[in-house]
Amino acid sequence: MSQVEFFQQLINGLSLGAFYALIALGYTMVYGVLRFINFAHGDIFMLGAFLGYYLTPRLMPHFPGALAAVGVVVVVLLTMALCALLGILIEKLAYRPLRARPKLTVLITAIGVSLFLEFGGQFVFGADPKSFPELIEDRALGSGALTITKGQVIAFVVTVLLLVALTFIVKRTKLGMAMRAVSNNATAASLMGVNIDTVISFTFGLGSALAGVAGILWSITNTTIDPLMGVQQGIKAFTAAVLGGIGNLPGAAVGGILLGVIETFVGGSSFSTYRDAIAFALLIGILLFRPAGIFGRMQVEKV
Amino acid sequence: MNYRHIKKFALLAAIILSAVVSHFSGGWNQYHLLIIITIGINIVLAVSLNLINGYTGQFSLGHAGFMAIGAYVSAYLSTEYGANFLRLFGGHAGALAIALLFLGVLILGGIAAAVAGLIVGVPSLRLKGDYLAIVTLGFGEIIRVIIQNTDAVGGARGYSGIANYTTLFWTFALAAVTIYVVVSLIDSTYGRGFLTVRDDEIAAEAVGINTTRYKVVAFVLGAFFAGIAGGLYAHINNSINPQGFDFQVSILIVTMVILGGMGSTPGVVLAAVVLTLLPEFLRWFAKSDLLDWLVRHAYQFLSPEHFAVAAAKTKELFESRMILFSILLIALMLLRPQGLFGALPRRKASR
Amino acid sequence: MPLLDLQHCTVRFGGLTAVSALDLQIGAHDLIGLIGPNGAGKTTVFNIITGVYRPTSGSIAFDGRPIGGAKPNVIAGRGIARTFQNIRLFATLNVFDNVRAAFNLRCKHGLAHALWRTPAFYREEENIERQVMELLDIFDLGRHRATLCSSLSYGDQRRLEIVRALATKPKLLLLDEPAAGMNPTEKEALTRLIRQIKDRFDIAVLLVEHDMKVVMSICERICVLDHGTKIAEGNPNAIRRDPKVIEAYLGEAPANV
Repeated sequence: MSQVEFFQQLINGLSLGAFYALIALGYTMVYGVLRFINFAHGDIFMLGAFLGYYLTPRLMPHFPGALAAVGVVVVVLLTMALCALLGILIEKLAYRPLRARPKLTVLITAIGVSLFLEFGGQFVFGADPKSFPELIEDRALGSGALTITKGQVIAFVVTVLLLVALTFIVKRTKLGMAMRAVSNNATAASLMGVNIDTVISFTFGLGSALAGVAGILWSITNTTIDPLMGVQQGIKAFTAAVLGGIGNLPGAAVGGILLGVIETFVGGSSFSTYRDAIAFALLIGILLFRPAGIFGRMQVEKV
Repeated sequence: MNYRHIKKFALLAAIILSAVVSHFSGGWNQYHLLIIITIGINIVLAVSLNLINGYTGQFSLGHAGFMAIGAYVSAYLSTEYGANFLRLFGGHAGALAIALLFLGVLILGGIAAAVAGLIVGVPSLRLKGDYLAIVTLGFGEIIRVIIQNTDAVGGARGYSGIANYTTLFWTFALAAVTIYVVVSLIDSTYGRGFLTVRDDEIAAEAVGINTTRYKVVAFVLGAFFAGIAGGLYAHINNSINPQGFDFQVSILIVTMVILGGMGSTPGVVLAAVVLTLLPEFLRWFAKSDLLDWLVRHAYQFLSPEHFAVAAAKTKELFESRMILFSILLIALMLLRPQGLFGALPRRKASR
Repeated sequence: MPLLDLQHCTVRFGGLTAVSALDLQIGAHDLIGLIGPNGAGKTTVFNIITGVYRPTSGSIAFDGRPIGGAKPNVIAGRGIARTFQNIRLFATLNVFDNVRAAFNLRCKHGLAHALWRTPAFYREEENIERQVMELLDIFDLGRHRATLCSSLSYGDQRRLEIVRALATKPKLLLLDEPAAGMNPTEKEALTRLIRQIKDRFDIAVLLVEHDMKVVMSICERICVLDHGTKIAEGNPNAIRRDPKVIEAYLGEAPANV
C-alpha cells in the first residue's frame, strides 16, 4: 500500500468512524443509565435518514440561494428533534412499563421494537432503496492525490462539534450531572432527589437526536437509504461502543473512529468481501478477552 | 411394561404415525404439504432452541447460523457425493439406500452444526444476557458471510440442484426425536442441572453443578438439532441461499420459544405450529373476498385513487409477517412475559 | 490436622483490602462463629473458601489438600457446602427439585443414560428420590415437596437452603447470616436447628451471624473480624469481655448481648 493510498484509507476511515461514534454514543448513554442495550437504536438512525429524505424536498425550496445553509441547519435540527421525540416515546411506551422486570424481558422488547421500526418502515416507506436528495452537494475538495469530499469534511466537523456539545451537556448542565449520577448509582441518585424518569427520557432524547444527525450525515455521503439500513450500522456502532468500553462517552467516540478505520483498511485489502464480518469478529473478540473495552473497568458480581 | 417406558413408546408411536400419514400424503396439495413440513422443521428448531434459551437460560440469537451450517453441509454432501453413494447399491438404489443416504447427510450436517455450537458455546461461559444475545447474533452473521464467500456452495448466488429427499415422515419422525431428547433429558437429575444454571448460576455451582459443562452441552445439542432442521429445510427447497438464514430467521425461532413459554416444550411445539400457520392464514386473508368486502366498506369515504392505495396497503400489512411478529413480541413482553405456558415469572426472595 | 486451614489469606479488590492475612483453622467437628461489624469481610471469607473469589495471596487447604483457586463446583464436590446471605434458591423449581439438584454432584448417570433410560438409570433416580425425601422429612419440609420454592414462607426458604446444602453431603457447612430477617421465635427455632444438624450429621459448621444472641448461645469458638483483620478469637465468654471487640463494635451497639 502506497503512502497516498494509506492516507486516503485513513481519511475514509475517519469519516466512516465519525458516524459510528455518533450512533455509539446513544448506545453507551442508554447503557450507562439503564444497563441495557437498546437494540432499536440503530433504527432511529435509519429514521433520521428517512426524515431527512422527506423533509429536504419540503423545506429546502423555502431557503433559496444563499439561505440554503440555513435550510440545511433547519432540516438537521428538525430531524434531531423528531428523532429525540421518537426515542423518548419508545422508552415511555415500551421500556418504562418493564423497568422492574428481568433484563431479558426488556431485551426481547427492544428486539421487538427494532423489528417493528424496520418492517414498519418497510411498510410505510416501501422496501426498495431510495436515493437521498442532494441536501449538500457532496463534491470532492481539492485536486491533489488525496480525495476528500465535502460530505466527509462536514460529517467529521459536525461530529466533533456534537461531541464537544455533548461533553458540555454531560459535564456542566444540571441534567447532565443527574445523568452521571444515575449512571453511577440509580438508587442513591433518586434518594438525592434526582428524578430518574426525567433523566432516562433526557438520555433517550439526546442519544436519539445524535442518531438522527448520523442518519442525515450518512445519507449525504452514501446517497441511498433503505428501511433495513439501521441493522448493520446499528450493530457496528454497538461494536464501537463496546470497543471503547460501554457506558463510557469518550470511549464510544474513540471506538467508533477505530472501527471505522479498521473497516476501511480491511475493505481496501484482499479480504474486502469479509468487510461486514469484521465488526462482528471484533465484537466477539473484545467481549471474550476484554469485555470492559479499552476504557471500561471490570465489574465483579456481588454474591 | 410400566410407566417407565411411556416416553419410548410415545416416540415409537409418533414415528410410526409419521410413516403412516406420510404414506397417504402422496395425493395431497403440494403447497399444503410444504406448509405441514415447515411446521415440523420449525418444531425441531424451536424445541432445540428452547433447550438453550428456555431451559438453560442462555439467550441465543444465532440459531439460524447453526441451521445454515446443517443445511449447507448436508446439501453439499448429498449433491456432490450422493450419486456415488447410491451407485454402491448397484442399478436399483431403492428407498432404503436413499433413506440411508439422507439420514447420513442429515446427521453429518447436525454434527457440523454441533461443532459450531461448541465454538459459540464457549463465549456463553463468560457472557450473559444482552451481551450473549449480540455475540450469538454476530456468530450467526459471520457464518452467513463465510457461506457467501464460499464458492464451492455457490457463494451469494446460493446453492441449487438439491434432491428432494425431505418427506413428511422424515420431518415428523425427527421432530419426535427432538422432543423425546429434550423431554427425557430434562426429566432426570442430570437434566435438572440445566434449569439450575438458568435459575441461579452461583447457587448451582455452590451445590457442585458444573455450569460450564451444562452451557456447552446445551449449545452443542441445540445446534445439532438446528443443523438437522437445516438439512430437512435444504432437501425440500432444492435450492438454498445465505439470505435464507439471516437474523430474521433466528428471531422467528426465538419468538416461537417466547410465545410458547421459555422452558415449556408443549408450549413451544404449539407456538411453532401457530406461528407457522398464522402468516399463511393472514396471507390467505389478504387475498380473500372477506378482506375485499371489509376494505370496500371501511374506506368508502375515500376518493378512488386514495382508496386503491389504502386497499393495497391494508393487504400488504396482512402479508407482512415481520410486523406481526414484532407486535406480538412487544405485546407478549408487556402483557405475558412468561409466554403461554412458561414457568412463573421469577420472583426475588424477600421479606 | 484441621479440616479447613486458612493461612495468611488476603483479598484485595483494586485498592480495597477486604481480608488481610487471615489465619483460620476449623476442626472436623467444630461449630465456629465468624462475627464482626458491617463490612468487616465476613462474606468475603466465605467467598474465598467456596471459590467464588480467589484469594490475592495466602493458602487454603481442606481435608489436607489445597483448594485455593479451585472452582466453586469442585470445592462443593470436595465437601464444603454453603448458604447465602440473600437466599439463593432455584426459583422456578419446586422444593423437591431444589434438593435433588444437589445430588447432581454424585449422580453417576449423564446425558446418555438420561436418553436411553436404562434400568440402572431408574435405580439411581429412585435412590436419589428416597434420599431427598428423607432429608426433607428430617427438616419437616416433606409436605411441601411439590411446592414452588418461591411460595414457601421465609423461614422455610432459609431451611430449604440449608437442606439443599446438606444434600451435597458436606464435611463443612458454611451458614451466611441464617438469622437475618427472622423474628425471635424463628431465631430460637434456627438455633435448635443448627445444633440438630451438627449432632445428626456430625459435620463442622462455620457461622457468620449478626445476631450476637444466636452466635453466643451455640458457638464453641468465635472469630472476630474488623476491617478484614482478625482481632480476636476465643470462647464466647472471652470474646464478650475482649476490649478490642468492644471497641470494634462501639458506634455499632452490640445487638442483644
